[in-house]
Amino acid sequence: MRNDGTLDRRAVAAALLADPGDLLVITGLGAPTYDAAAAGERALNFYLWGAMGGAAMTGLGLALAQPRRRVLVLTGDGEMLMGMGALATIAAAGVPNLAVAVLDNARYGETGAQHSHTAGATDLAAVAAACGWAATTTARDMDEVAALRPRLRAEALFAVIRIAPDEKPRHLPPRDGAYLADRFRRALGVVDS
Amino acid sequence: MPSPDWPSSVYAALKDARVTQIGYVPDAGHAALIDAAHADPAMNAVVLTTEEEGIAMAAGAWLGGTRAVLLMQSSGVGNCINMLSLPINCRMPFLTLVTMRGEWGEFNPWQVPMGAATPTVLTAAGVHVHRADHPDDVAETVAACAALAFDSAVSVAVLFGQRLIGSKVFVK
Repeated sequence: MRNDGTLDRRAVAAALLADPGDLLVITGLGAPTYDAAAAGERALNFYLWGAMGGAAMTGLGLALAQPRRRVLVLTGDGEMLMGMGALATIAAAGVPNLAVAVLDNARYGETGAQHSHTAGATDLAAVAAACGWAATTTARDMDEVAALRPRLRAEALFAVIRIAPDEKPRHLPPRDGAYLADRFRRALGVVDS
Repeated sequence: MPSPDWPSSVYAALKDARVTQIGYVPDAGHAALIDAAHADPAMNAVVLTTEEEGIAMAAGAWLGGTRAVLLMQSSGVGNCINMLSLPINCRMPFLTLVTMRGEWGEFNPWQVPMGAATPTVLTAAGVHVHRADHPDDVAETVAACAALAFDSAVSVAVLFGQRLIGSKVFVK
């Protein structure tokens, strides 16, 4: 079993999202959405509360639309596994301004902590590399997480962060999708008539 | 025979609607549109591994202030259903052009169930469904559906009838 994550997911999210500036953040449903909100609620966070498997591709559409901005997708192993084809699609699209960070606890935390495939032989960083991502990495301690923060804002990087399976207190951001989308677009200045 | 230039009229309608991202899972009926997208330096043409990726991509495009369209065939519609909750829940536009299989002179029985179910399941999922069956009005239909999607922020599918695109010939 590969179930070796020890990092505190909230500490990881706080480190990766510290001083976000104008970073555009998409979060995958479940705990990564709560982690990002706990790190600091902001209009340029777009939280998915559903659409499982869609976080990375939402990031791709946003990165193509905003080529001069940085986009970070923060999601979990189960969400990434459901949309694993997106790793091939994004590599083929070749966008330089999109990074994906997977908080990997090898579990489906929302539904009773059932093991995901990353608890076994599946290594998402290796999958991304095989799909053509030039930069992939796995972080297992907080020094490695600290080193990820600037890279996620500068490179087309796919990063797996091995986190502990502990469940955290709920930290729930708004869940009205129309509100979240509208405030994101207004903060980005792209709302027209 | 269908007018050979309706795909270029459809492409022009998408350009007029300010679409700058085209996600697609290939279909022979979309081949000319896909070629036009790749030939256009102002268009991001993105080949997908599965159709629902294109819905999430379109959501990201809208968040970033641009417009996307998804090209697929009717067999891909079934892959999309849960992801349609994204544009509908977030009151975002979504436009898809669907080439129909399984309805007009279909040779392959495996295409029939999803083709027959396509308008019903799209409607059930909250998508406005329109059809284009004649070369003379397909571009106009796409233009009207793009306006509906992008101006009224709803999800819209244009079904391109199999009679329009021609039945796939398996045995020549």
